[in-house]
This record gives sequence, structure tokens and C-alpha cells, in this order.
Amino acid sequence: MANNTEIIVDHLSVHYHGNLALKNVSFSINEGNIVGVIGPNGAGKSTLMKAMLGLEKYTGKVTIFGKKIREVRKNIAYVPQRSTIDWDFPVRVEDVVLMGRYPHIPWYKRPSRNDKRIVNDSLRKVGMEDFANRQIGELSGGQQQRVFIARSLTQNADIFFLDEPFVGIDVKSEEIIVNLLHELRNANKTIFVIHHDISKVEKYFDQLVLLNQELIHAGSVKDVYSAENLKRAYQGSTTFIQEGKELVVVNP
Amino acid sequence: MINQIPMFIDQLFRYTYLQQALVASVLVGVICGVIGCYIILRGMALMGDAISHAVLPGVVVSYMIGASFFLGAVVTGVLTALAIGYISQNSRIKEDSAIGIMFTAMFALGVVMITSLRGTRFDLWHILFGNVLAVSRTDLLITVGIGVFVLIAIVIFYRPLLLSTFDPTMAKASGLPVKLIHYILMLLLSLVTVASLQTVGIILVVAMLITPGATAYLLTDRFPVMLLLSALIGVVSAISGLFFSVVYDVASGASIVLAASILFLLAFFFSPKQGIIPRMFRKPIS
Repeated sequence: MANNTEIIVDHLSVHYHGNLALKNVSFSINEGNIVGVIGPNGAGKSTLMKAMLGLEKYTGKVTIFGKKIREVRKNIAYVPQRSTIDWDFPVRVEDVVLMGRYPHIPWYKRPSRNDKRIVNDSLRKVGMEDFANRQIGELSGGQQQRVFIARSLTQNADIFFLDEPFVGIDVKSEEIIVNLLHELRNANKTIFVIHHDISKVEKYFDQLVLLNQELIHAGSVKDVYSAENLKRAYQGSTTFIQEGKELVVVNP
Repeated sequence: MINQIPMFIDQLFRYTYLQQALVASVLVGVICGVIGCYIILRGMALMGDAISHAVLPGVVVSYMIGASFFLGAVVTGVLTALAIGYISQNSRIKEDSAIGIMFTAMFALGVVMITSLRGTRFDLWHILFGNVLAVSRTDLLITVGIGVFVLIAIVIFYRPLLLSTFDPTMAKASGLPVKLIHYILMLLLSLVTVASLQTVGIILVVAMLITPGATAYLLTDRFPVMLLLSALIGVVSAISGLFFSVVYDVASGASIVLAASILFLLAFFFSPKQGIIPRMFRKPIS
């Protein structure tokens, strides 16, 4: 039976213009995990995330802590893929981070001092407090990603969805983000991360959802991250070599 | 031109029609400037052009049945926006093509209807190109009403509009009705077009929507500042355009648009951060 600490995806399918994008995906995740959603290009990773967020029509059932997505929206933070953002938009770093507070501010009120304090705290957590007044296009890729992570922190959410947060960012930003995600996990938050390449999977995640239009395998990293599963998901586009306990990934 | 200014001010005090023209142009400058910022940042300049043309049949029908202009315009404006959305979502036709099909169809319908009314007072030229000097007291009241309504809507929906413009996916994920917000914006756009009919006319409304906003966009990195600057640039264009049109006795709407275009060119070349010339000095060609 569904308990209230689980996120359950049950027989989820998504059709795009008559084509099947996701077929019969079922898995469940306990709260307090960092979940990597991995698979090759076109595997339906973003589609799965959008369906779980209720942004895409699907058949099947998604239950979050025993409720439907509509009832828990305020409890969910979303970090978009960097390539979907217009970086020339006339907003500064602190304006973007404040947007995370919007769902919590009633329409007739202005952002309070408390909202601004939360914004500053979040910026400090990602090491971006000195950039608060910069236009977002003036930052490096890693800094931009940290700003959007800071925005998600201000939402006071229990579940996070991150779309490709590690693409095109510097080592320092990566480290800050990974540490932050671990901190959130230790505070019993659940974090879904779309991730397209398979290196560093063991360093980043606790659980994996391995996809290629259908579910290949879901569970703890140690169960899912095997040469056999990855071969089934990537079907020859990447080579995996099992060397003792180590799994070596060779991109052609 | 400078020594014409006292003459212009003198006329302004003497003629009510000129006062009304000035108030109407200033209002149009403000509301077009404000709505235009959203149109630009959402990449909907073509949509702005479409909706402004598509109100024509609505205006003509209102005239024929004796209803208020702005009722007919809002109905056809929003219907066109809905039809564009319907076509692009339910076929392989992309949105820009859907816009091209719908707005020319609506505009042609309007022209056919007008030409069928030949011999009446209804003046196609005035609807297309505006004639701010013929603004009546009722027209002015309607413009004021629309202006107040649009500005209140922008203030109330400031955050949802900004979030759904900047990051529609997060807006949707946090439960905002992003589609509804789009259609509300189309409704405001139709209202603004009607308010601008007499000042700049259907054909040139899009200039008042895009040009002041684009100019402001080159001058600031802050959205609230962009809204204010855009409104201010709209007002400056309106006043100087009207001045030019009175002094040299040329078309008022087109003069206002030209004034806005000149301001845009100035910003394009001389904006401190984005301008071509300051940038040339900042980064010498290596």
C-alpha cells in the first residue's frame, strides 16, 4: 500500500502525436534520496519529469506522498535546463532567486523582508552572494546553474526536479551543487536529477532510474549500475567494460 | 524647430482638440510601452502585429450595429489569438505561419466589410493610419478607461506575468495557468490596439508596441526599470511626434512612430552598455 513517504509512478505512458515516448514505466522512490534519471538521448527522461510534474498528458498514476501532483505543487521545486532560459532577459541574480518565493507570496502583497532574507541565505549557500546585482547573462555557466539552484532552495520544497544541472559547468560549481544536494538529501528531501552521461553516476546519486522509452531498471545505484543494464539502455552507443568491481565507460 | 515650441504651446492652450490629442497620445505611449515589454520578451512581435490587424473586422461590425468599438475589437482580437493557438496546436503548421494566415484573413475580412459600406462616414484611412487630431471627448474617455484597466491588470498580475514570461516551465510547475495568462495578455493587447486606433492607427500600432520596449531593453538590465523607461519613451515619442505633425502639418500617427524610431536608433548606437559605439570603444578590435 502507498505510504506517505513514497513517490510512486505506476504504469505511466506518454504519447506524442501518436508516438509512444514512454511506455509503462513503474517505480517507487522513498523520501530522502538523490535519484538519477539516466538514459540515452531521446529515452524520455525529460518526458518522465514533465509527466511527474503534471505538465504532460499521460496515462497511469503518479502519487507523491499519497497525494496527486496538483495538491503538492507548492512542495515541489523545479530547476530548468540551462539551454531553455533566455539569458538576455532583463533580470538580475537576486530577481531570479526571488521568483522562487512567488508561489508563497499572496498576489496583493509585496515580497516581505523575510522573503528577501531567504533569498540572501540561498545565494550564500551557493556562493553567489557577491553577484546579487549582476544581470544573469554576465555569469558563467556554472554560476548560472547555481543561481537557479538557489532559486529552488527558496521554495521550501520537499521534492526537487533538476533538468541536466551538470551540463557545461565548472568543477567548483559542480562541487558546490553536489554538496548542496547531499545536504538536502540528509535533511530528508527527495531530489530527481536528469543526467545524460553515465560517468560520475556513483558519486552523484543514491538511486537510479534507467530509461530507454521503457524502464530498464530502477533501484539503488549498486543494483542498477551494471554493464548488463547499461548495455540494454544504451544499445551499443556506448561501450562498458567491467574491470573487477569498477565499471569503465568508453564513449565511442 | 526650437522656436516653434512656443507656437505649439500657444496652440495647445487655445484648442481643445489639440489638448485631447495630446492626452490621448501620451496615454497610448504609456500603455503600448508597458504591454510592449511583455510582447518583446515573449518573442511575440509578430503576434502583436497580428492582433492589431485582426481587430479591424470587429471595429467595422461594431460600427455597423452601433456598438462600442472596443467590444468588437476585443472579441475579434481574442478570437484570432485562440484560432492561432488552435491551428498551431492541432496541425503541423507552425505558429508563425498560423499567425500569417489568421491575421491577413481577419484584416481582409475587415477591408471587404469597409468597402461594402462605401458612402458612409466610416473612414478606412483613419482606422488604418489614425488621426489623433480628430479624437473626440468620448474616444478620450474610452482611451483613459482602457489605460487604467490595462495598468491595473499589469500591477496585479506583475509576478505571474513576469514568471510565465521568464520561465514558463517553472511557472507551470508551480501551478500558474500559463495558457490563460497568454490569453489575458492577448486580451490586453486587443484593448491597447483599440485605444491606439485613433492615435497611430492599426498599421502602425505594432511600432508603438515594439519600438519603445526595444529601446528600453537596450538601456537597462532590470525589468521594472524597462517597464518605466518604455512607457517614458512612448510618451516622449507621442509628444514630439504630435509637435512635429502640428508644426509641419503632416500625418500625426506616422510622426509619432518616426519619433520612436529615432529614439531607438539613438539607443542602438549610444546605449552605455549595449550600444554599438560604446561597445566599440570598450573592446578594441584585436
